[in-house]
Amino acid sequence: MTLLETQDLEVVIGSTTVCHGLDLAIRAGERWGILGCNGAGKTTLLLTLAGLRPPQSGRIALQQKALSALPRRQIAQLVGILFQEQTDVFPANVLDTVLTGRHPWLGPLQWESDADREKARSALQAVGLADIEQRLVTTLSGGERRRLGIATLLVQDPRLLLLDEPTNHLDVHHQIRTLQLLSGLAADDNRGLLLVMHDLNLAARYCNHFLLLFGDGETTQGSAAAVLTRANLERLYQHPLLPLQGPQGQVWIPQ
Amino acid sequence: MTTRPRLLLFALLLLALLSLLLSLTSGTVSTGWRDLLDVSRGDADAVLAQVILELRWPRSAAAFTTGGLLALAGALMQVLLRNPLADPYVLGVSGGAASGALLALLFGLGGLWLQGAAFSGALLSMLLVFGLSHGSGSWTTSRLLLTGVVIASGWGAVIGFLLALSPEQGLRNMVFWLMGDLSYAGLPASGFVILLVGLLAATAMGRSLNILVHGDLTAGALGIAVQPLRRLVYLLASLLTATAVTLAGSIGFVGLIVPHMLRLLGVHDHRLLLPAAVLLGGSLLLIADTLARTLLAPRQLPVGILTAMIGVPLFLLLLHHGRTLHGLDSR
Repeated sequence: MTLLETQDLEVVIGSTTVCHGLDLAIRAGERWGILGCNGAGKTTLLLTLAGLRPPQSGRIALQQKALSALPRRQIAQLVGILFQEQTDVFPANVLDTVLTGRHPWLGPLQWESDADREKARSALQAVGLADIEQRLVTTLSGGERRRLGIATLLVQDPRLLLLDEPTNHLDVHHQIRTLQLLSGLAADDNRGLLLVMHDLNLAARYCNHFLLLFGDGETTQGSAAAVLTRANLERLYQHPLLPLQGPQGQVWIPQ
Repeated sequence: MTTRPRLLLFALLLLALLSLLLSLTSGTVSTGWRDLLDVSRGDADAVLAQVILELRWPRSAAAFTTGGLLALAGALMQVLLRNPLADPYVLGVSGGAASGALLALLFGLGGLWLQGAAFSGALLSMLLVFGLSHGSGSWTTSRLLLTGVVIASGWGAVIGFLLALSPEQGLRNMVFWLMGDLSYAGLPASGFVILLVGLLAATAMGRSLNILVHGDLTAGALGIAVQPLRRLVYLLASLLTATAVTLAGSIGFVGLIVPHMLRLLGVHDHRLLLPAAVLLGGSLLLIADTLARTLLAPRQLPVGILTAMIGVPLFLLLLHHGRTLHGLDSR
């Protein structure tokens, strides 16, 4: 099933054309990686696909329905997004913050139920934060805050997950744990994933489809094998790369 | 709701009743709670009944309503601006409402016109604060406070101008009213209705407000139609401020102190924070006004002086320490 589809999409931010005439289709179970150099507009594209920013032109459809015609609540049931940074101004505890993920599923005057709290606790468990549910978010470290954001996304329970640099602030162990958790959602649960990544090798290990943004509106997309070529990647990053054969497949070393 | 929130609301309700009792029994004619009972049964002597029913009761009711209105307006503005230092007085919204009200008074208009003029002044202030302090996508504390301070002093000049034009015999009253004074407040029937409706509406939006404090993008991603919600809260906060100002002039810092005290008590959920703020704000202003009219009796002080005496040091303390203590955004 196609979760998200764009037709002739043009996204522009400032003087940068992020993409031009982009036709993209993300199907259930697919794990997409978006790669591009700094300032290519990866975050802007993600916000556009989540319906939080209007595109210059073109169409976006969620499960065959036009995104612009869907109410926000319904969009939030289909698509969830993890932002690059999350700032907290007011203190709230970890459990209450995870519970905000239930918002699109609750009626206007409805309170969170025990079942909702159950979901929140198992999401905290999944990201390894179960023992700090009463801590204030303003006291969390960068990595803990990141995992809290991912737990909130799990509780939101969308069909398509858009994640802007999900491994930001995470140590090596939690990078792998998080990416395994996420790719498990795609494989076992038939959800769609779209990850903006800076770590080329982690992306190559966990994504099976790629969209490359060259920063001038040009894009390339397709399966990992077809897109992750030395020529494409060197053009993308404007830097010479050396492919090496590792135990988990090919890795790229910047020269 | 678990037991603790219920307990808190119950304790605050008790505090409100106690401060009402204190206010009704304090004054030049000293009375006890027995006299209150007599008055309520209708068999107290006429003077006592008059003092309590016609002097103290309307003023106490006005003090409670004003405090509740200001605390609720403050809590809502803090959500809108994502800043715990937001307050109708500090940001010049009260000044805008006061200028509108004075202008209406100068033209001899009263009633609904007065209320409408105060509302327009408050709304204009909110527009200015929001429009000008909304820099490159985020509100910063310093920019917000600077904008508020400049707008407040601008309104100060407008108020000075209007006072200069006003006939001399009313000046003392006007100046008192500008400092925040409940001496002339009547029974606040419409103000109380606005407070009640505002509280119900705001509490009903409570879960959305909890998410709105995480930022517009996060709120949008979680299914909230951000712009309509913001506009609604924005109108509501202006209306509440304008109503408070028409009741009692510009009383500062209640909107700042009350939500902050509740957050320190660990109340973060707006479905609980907002009703608790109304109860606590009402009680605090009721106690402050009782002090204002008894401390130097028979001389009466404007209650705004008392709230400023508590509010200014607290505000400075917050500005200084708040960043580390309560995660103030200070970029």
